Amino acid sequence: MIQAFAFYLFAGLMILSAGLTITARNPVHSVLWLILAFFNAAGLMLLLGAEFIAMLLVIVYVGAVAVLFLFVVMMLDIDFAELRAGFTKYLGVGSVLAVALAAEIVIAIAVHSAGPIDLNSRMAPTPATVSNVQAIGALLYTRYLYIFEAAGLVLLVAMIGAIVLTHRTRRDDRAQKASRQIARRPQDATRNVNQPVGVGVEL
Amino acid sequence: MTDFFASYLGYEAGWFVATLIGILLIALPLMLAVAMIIYADRKIWAAMALRRGPNVVGPFGLLQSFADGLKVFLQETIIPTAANRGLFLMAPIITFTVALISWAVIPFGPDMVLANINVGLLYILAVSSLGVYGVIIAGWSSNSKYPFYSALRAAAQMVSYEVSIGFVLISVVLWAGTFNLQGIIDAQRGLYGFINGFGFNPLLFPMWVVFLISSMAETARTPFDLTEAESELVAGYQTEYSSMAFALFWLGEYANVLLMCALNAVLFWGGWLPPIDWAPLYAVPGILWLFAKIFFFFFVFSWVKATVPRYRYDQLMRLGWKIFLPLSLFWIFIVSGFLMLTRYGGHA
Repeated sequence: MIQAFAFYLFAGLMILSAGLTITARNPVHSVLWLILAFFNAAGLMLLLGAEFIAMLLVIVYVGAVAVLFLFVVMMLDIDFAELRAGFTKYLGVGSVLAVALAAEIVIAIAVHSAGPIDLNSRMAPTPATVSNVQAIGALLYTRYLYIFEAAGLVLLVAMIGAIVLTHRTRRDDRAQKASRQIARRPQDATRNVNQPVGVGVEL
Repeated sequence: MTDFFASYLGYEAGWFVATLIGILLIALPLMLAVAMIIYADRKIWAAMALRRGPNVVGPFGLLQSFADGLKVFLQETIIPTAANRGLFLMAPIITFTVALISWAVIPFGPDMVLANINVGLLYILAVSSLGVYGVIIAGWSSNSKYPFYSALRAAAQMVSYEVSIGFVLISVVLWAGTFNLQGIIDAQRGLYGFINGFGFNPLLFPMWVVFLISSMAETARTPFDLTEAESELVAGYQTEYSSMAFALFWLGEYANVLLMCALNAVLFWGGWLPPIDWAPLYAVPGILWLFAKIFFFFFVFSWVKATVPRYRYDQLMRLGWKIFLPLSLFWIFIVSGFLMLTRYGGHA
């Protein structure tokens, strides 16, 4: 009973917040609704018994991706009138996308009710003693090792690409070298003088 | 406790009541602990600056935090007209809630844990990554310059240090072989046959140093308190806040500091285990060992706060990305390589 309640709570809140993400006028509010949607998705994952995925969803999407979204969106200079003017412009493309998505959902439901293609490969139940993390880890590092490593490589290349594209060395760069600052001693910069009265300091 | 209530109320209601009582048993003492720890922080700080610290309200000034709490409770909540009202009020609530919910998985004793879940450490990582939202939302919704700068700083700072914290936690998990916090504590029992704690392991000790410094950065304590650097940003994201909203930030911040101290104790210094694996020491209840360790680390936090000057922002970023990140990443290779050779017999 409580599972059903939790499912409808998470699913309902998720749809609600997903809807509010696209209808909210203020982009910052949109991002915050998106975060709520992520949370509810994590809740649904928990209901499925996939606690590892649920936690990763929160760590990766809420903890990192959405922070960066928020970071960018907060600095936008928002002109609400212009935003609303764009609505009619994108109406055509938007409605085509909406129809395509709705059709896909209908097809997916139809396919699902027609029965799975191969019952044996649809589900690989793990024994209750093996935790989520172990099951996923064992699969990722044995059967899908090369694909997993390739995905890592793609991410690495993307990261290096982003750094190369945005990094520039300026000619007037005055980057401080911490090792030099730490190695500097008071004697290098100051000196003690026993100054006689009536004589100026020799610099 | 669940069994006790379940025998009277049936399983579901009993579980519900037991969990509710468990939450109260953690949250209320935690609030009391935060009040006392604020007092302790001010006393330690004062002693290091050769001052007296709070000494007027109650014996030795012990009731100072409660007097402060009463004062802010009676003050008027001021909401700036240009602020985004809903989010402005929500930000301190988020900070406070997030600071409290991490405590659900902290084990206080062999059987004293509210939620003994498989992915306990990931849960902590997930929740601590939410802490930044309170700060960002507060900074943005205040609609004011300094809080906004503070929010931007906080976002970058916390994300940066979470990366190295994540890598440190991975090396701990590799050694313990589990994400469950009780499992991690159990794995620390009897290192070399007589001491309890990963921190005594020379391979994991450097990771503890990284973790301690990162946890100060993550909670924005003094060497890294750039989010509320008063010489530059007035009071950072808290500038526009007053009365209870401000107090919630304050409480949440200290609850987070305590949580980080507890994590230091649980992940590296044996949690509720006594430091030495010697039978008579187990006569002391585990919860007291944990509290002693938490307080010790809190003292270290205060000590650092009293003695170390604030970092500059570029220094902070350099430490996070150019030193801690490569170091902790490299250390994962060392730790996993060592485990591969010794524990798993040199083959995958």
